[in-house]
Amino acid sequence: MKKTLLTICAAVALLAFVPFLAFETAAAKPAVINVYNWGQYISDGSDGLLDVNAAFTEATGIEVNYSTYESNESLYTKLKTGGSSYDVIIPSDYMIARLISEGMLQKLNYDNIPNYASIGESFKNTLYDPNNEYSVPYFWGTVGIIYNTRYVDTVTSWDALWDERYSGKILMFDNPRDAFAAAELALGIDVNTEDESDLRAAAELLAAQKPLVQSYVMDQVFDQMERAEAWIAPYYAGDFITMHRENPDLAFCFPEEGFNLYIDAMCIPTSSTNKEAAEAYINFMCSFEAAAANAAYTGYGSPVNGVAESLELTEYERGIAYPSDEILSKGVAYLTLSKEATQIMDSLWLDVRTDASTTSWVTYAVATAAVVIIAAVYLAYRSNKKRKRAAKRRADADGAR
Amino acid sequence: MSRALKIILIVVLFFLYLPIILLIAGSFNTGTDLAVFKEFTFSNYGALFRDRTLIPLLLNSLIVAVLSSVIATALGTAAALGIRSFGKRFRSAVMTVTNIPMTNPDIVTGVSLSLLFVLGGKLFDRSNVLGFTTLLLAHITFNLPYTILSVMPRVTNMDPSLREAAMDLGCTPVQAFFKVVIHEILPGIVSGLLIAFTMSLDDFVISYFVYGPSFATLPIEIYSYTKKPLPPKIYALFTLLFAMLLAVLIVMNIVSGRADKRPRRSNITQLVFRRKDVEKT
Repeated sequence: MKKTLLTICAAVALLAFVPFLAFETAAAKPAVINVYNWGQYISDGSDGLLDVNAAFTEATGIEVNYSTYESNESLYTKLKTGGSSYDVIIPSDYMIARLISEGMLQKLNYDNIPNYASIGESFKNTLYDPNNEYSVPYFWGTVGIIYNTRYVDTVTSWDALWDERYSGKILMFDNPRDAFAAAELALGIDVNTEDESDLRAAAELLAAQKPLVQSYVMDQVFDQMERAEAWIAPYYAGDFITMHRENPDLAFCFPEEGFNLYIDAMCIPTSSTNKEAAEAYINFMCSFEAAAANAAYTGYGSPVNGVAESLELTEYERGIAYPSDEILSKGVAYLTLSKEATQIMDSLWLDVRTDASTTSWVTYAVATAAVVIIAAVYLAYRSNKKRKRAAKRRADADGAR
Repeated sequence: MSRALKIILIVVLFFLYLPIILLIAGSFNTGTDLAVFKEFTFSNYGALFRDRTLIPLLLNSLIVAVLSSVIATALGTAAALGIRSFGKRFRSAVMTVTNIPMTNPDIVTGVSLSLLFVLGGKLFDRSNVLGFTTLLLAHITFNLPYTILSVMPRVTNMDPSLREAAMDLGCTPVQAFFKVVIHEILPGIVSGLLIAFTMSLDDFVISYFVYGPSFATLPIEIYSYTKKPLPPKIYALFTLLFAMLLAVLIVMNIVSGRADKRPRRSNITQLVFRRKDVEKT
């Protein structure tokens, strides 16, 4: 017995070293890169389009370990936790600024990325990377208002989301940054404000909107708008085209006060061990074939020259997916907010969403009542059982006598 | 009263299974919208099997589930046999210790495992520890208490004289284990194996913290599907997963049903028990 126990202990101890040994063999293999991208953000060979990762491996012999995340924040956490080294990541603008400021990105060698020349000039020298040192744009997009022309008059401004005529048919973003931006634009405040009174004003406006809002959603927008269960909702232009093909009554508006213009760009984190292969990947993503396949698959705006013209879009769709420079000039980018401002925004948003004053005591009351009822039922059951047992004992005693 | 209870039962079962039925119906629908059933089709299943992302990830999930459940069951069985040989007080203390990880919130287990792996990676100067092995180790870790818990009752109910009798008749301890003991505790081992398999297959939270760039499982990929509405091939995938787990459950019930029907004790134990009974009276 002792011997088996010892063997088992030894086996377990050995097992604990496996991950460190396993890495050694993996590192010996030539040219594998770890790519970390948003979910559903690359053409994967469905719908008869190019399988971009497979095409890259075929062209260069470099293998791709591809995994996905669902938000900039979870990407950030994964990078900060450590334990995994990624070679190419694709964060959004404000997250890139944050990663640069924390020294988590490597400077790119643009000599290895000749296709960078075909990136549109309006996507260079951006706010988050003013000297084009760390990033190469992957996709860009805009946030506007989607509405159903059957029920809603032509929309030109964010005020439409506060219009009482559409009460109960309005959808709203379920994330603080986009929701606050809508309110701030409606109020004429800078979307990157860190001033507490400005944020409070925006929160008040959002609280005032709450009775009119049907629900706070993200990707449920598709179903709700296509089925006309909701009439008006702020969302991304690329997704509007998907919805518009299902329901032609829908229309899109770039609000006159301005709107969010975002860019997701490819970067190489400091943990990367294979920088040249990563740059080859970035270069391949900027090639016309890869960019065109990705743009056709996702529906978002490609920064690569010539892709817009190659896509099968109607005139109307093109005007929304690739708007004129005049419209684009009204777009504003999100910047990283300070920790304090983010905290204030998050707690204000929580207040708007939960409406703390009324719901909480109702919930507590219901919970307390439930506990009391359960306790009462249990006590009644027990005393009942005791009485029965006592009666039985008496009966038994009677029988024995 | 009993009719009211029956109605409540039916309502409860209905709501319990409604979401799954809806999902299965959606997997045979031509549209993407669950609310409108357009036309019956198998095309979603075709699209699923042509998908070059989801199928490898499903295989990854299955590999991790099979390996982790087999290893955890082997370790769990060994642990159960070892725990039995302790005295009663120490045994119950050890059982409490092994049960704590089960009640521990998944998120705590996940974060602490990822911290441990990252620390181990730093100690060994490896920046890329997270991957297949960490995922497998994490799954074995959270499966272990379940396998111990399901093997333990079989082990405690087993008559210790069985093993002694086998050894009296010339078996080595290893032979005694494989020829006698394992047959007595097999139902516990099988149910432990199946529980571990299902737990591992549907784990998301712990996997989310320990997966690495080179190896991920299916739930992690699906969690990141937020850019577009869920494609209906995902419904087909979920339907297949549900069918698979259902099959596992049915197998589990058949196995345990057979074990109950079979005369549980071999002839020797019956004799021993009879003698005990005689002594008692």
